[in-house]
Amino acid sequence: MIRRDTSDIVFRRVLAVFPISILMLVAGIFFQLVSASHLTLNKFGFGFLFHSTWDPVAENFGALPFIFGTCVTSFVALLLAVPVGVGAAVYLAEYAPPKVSKTISILVDLLAAIPSVIYGLWGIFVLVPFMRNTVQPFLGKYLGFLPFFQGPNYGVSFLSASVILAIIIVPFIISVSREVIMAVPSVYKESAYALGTTRWEAISDIVLSYGKVGILGAVILALGRAIGETMAVTMIIGNNPVITASLFSPGYTLASVLANEFAEATTNMYLSSLIEIGLVLFLVSIVVNILARILIWSVTKGPGQEIK
Amino acid sequence: MKKVLALLVAMVVATSMAFADATLINGAGATFPYPIYSKWFDEYAKANPGVLFNYQSIGSGGGIKQISAKTVDFGATDGPMSIDQLTSAPGRIYHIPTVMGAVVIAYNLEGVTKGLKLSGDVLADIYLGKITQWNDPRITEQNAGVTLPNSPIVVVHRSDGSGTSFIFTDYLSSVSGAWKGKVGKGTSVNWPVGLGGKGNEGVAGMVKQASGSIGYVELAYAKQNGLSYASIKNQSGSYIEPSLASTSKAADGAAIPADFRVSLVNSANPEAYPIASFTWLLIYKQIDDHTKGAAIVNFIKWAITDGQKYAEDLDYAPLPSNVVEMIQKKLDQVKY
Repeated sequence: MIRRDTSDIVFRRVLAVFPISILMLVAGIFFQLVSASHLTLNKFGFGFLFHSTWDPVAENFGALPFIFGTCVTSFVALLLAVPVGVGAAVYLAEYAPPKVSKTISILVDLLAAIPSVIYGLWGIFVLVPFMRNTVQPFLGKYLGFLPFFQGPNYGVSFLSASVILAIIIVPFIISVSREVIMAVPSVYKESAYALGTTRWEAISDIVLSYGKVGILGAVILALGRAIGETMAVTMIIGNNPVITASLFSPGYTLASVLANEFAEATTNMYLSSLIEIGLVLFLVSIVVNILARILIWSVTKGPGQEIK
Repeated sequence: MKKVLALLVAMVVATSMAFADATLINGAGATFPYPIYSKWFDEYAKANPGVLFNYQSIGSGGGIKQISAKTVDFGATDGPMSIDQLTSAPGRIYHIPTVMGAVVIAYNLEGVTKGLKLSGDVLADIYLGKITQWNDPRITEQNAGVTLPNSPIVVVHRSDGSGTSFIFTDYLSSVSGAWKGKVGKGTSVNWPVGLGGKGNEGVAGMVKQASGSIGYVELAYAKQNGLSYASIKNQSGSYIEPSLASTSKAADGAAIPADFRVSLVNSANPEAYPIASFTWLLIYKQIDDHTKGAAIVNFIKWAITDGQKYAEDLDYAPLPSNVVEMIQKKLDQVKY
């Protein structure tokens, strides 16, 4: 029995204010977005989500190419970043000598602190020429039979944007995954070694299995960052609202069109449609987050709960 | 520690005293004239210590909105306000031209570092995606003696809403019926083809890197970054290289209406570069605060006369003298 006291109750109530304020913040943002975009909500309805023309002069607006761009770039970025990030985390936590591990970890945290406009500028002047002259011709030559690697090669593309996103989110994955892996109780690993496993078996069956939930959490955090990332993507995606299978094609994302057009949007309909883009971005992040949580639940409820 | 604190307090007190009797004028709007405006505010404040300016370069759209809501004392824009916007404002708003700017067509073609010539209809068809190769007969016939490659044209435009795009699409609309019907003019439009670069630096970066590309940037930006740019055929049929002088000519001799809300693209002056525009300050005809009104009017009078000498250093084209006279008369009608 814990001793009860008024101070305790006051403390509990005061603490409760903080999570409630977060809830109110999210709800407030949602209602503000809905009320400020009522013009386009009324005019286009759900068609806004499935319509692919974006014409500010004729005031004809549809968000589909932007939704497509946001999903594609975030997904490809995860494909690139997760293996690198988790691999690096395993190496740093399990293999690297402590000095090396510490130095690299500091560098990783430093990477996470670089403003995205710096990544964007680096993207324009280094990554885009490299993609245009080396990576994309190579992919076109050897994997050109796939629809993803066909079409004209400008350098600015879905693929370049995905690569820059991958670079931006990898530090998050490494940093969190490393902490998760280090938190695996060494008694499990030692027991595995005692049973005669190799180091590889201990890591893949024990460490990663135990840390699965934490690592997936890191991936979700990274995904959130990728969906919302604006400046670096805007600078190198080519800003062309198209829907295509080709990753070489220039594209556009929800966050980019907001960053590009908000400052100079003058008419009410135009502004309303941009705010609705914000609303769509908000909903896309919620949906993606829910999907990711369902994924985690399915994994944790499965055979992975206890050590295989 | 105490000494540092005392010093800080002393500084805060001193600055607040210095600001106490100064008139603070707030403005917001276009980003394009921001460098010259900050230079002017700085120089003007040196000569007139009683007046301080605070200018937020939030974009023309924001400038129009803020002056219409009276949250600032003056606005600034690269494209004139529409009739709708003017009638919904709480008072009569004057457009006051301050300097002129030009949009140049930058390109990257191996072996052709300068002197490419283009006419307006060809430029429009390139941006419409109708002309796709550099050796298209409609380009080569204007460029006798220049070897143009058999390579695709990579079209680059601004992705962010900007006054530069407004001037460029305004020009294309004035020379091409097809452009006017299909795309129109605006700070952002539905581009039929091309890649979008963010800001002047984004467009210039793509043009510099990709061989066979064409894009449009502000004259100042092209000059400062050593880009190759094309001479454009004007209304009288001459190919004019963009320069501060040929930009100023666009307003010289043109019919300027009394409200200054005029597009200067495709000027009738035979020496004018055709893709040029004013940039405007927006002020109310009736300024409620007498001190602020006097300060704003005196500042503008100074900017369009003595202030113009700072324009060329920053690559803005100065106003021609006939326009300066018109503005001075207009300012006499402002009440405060």
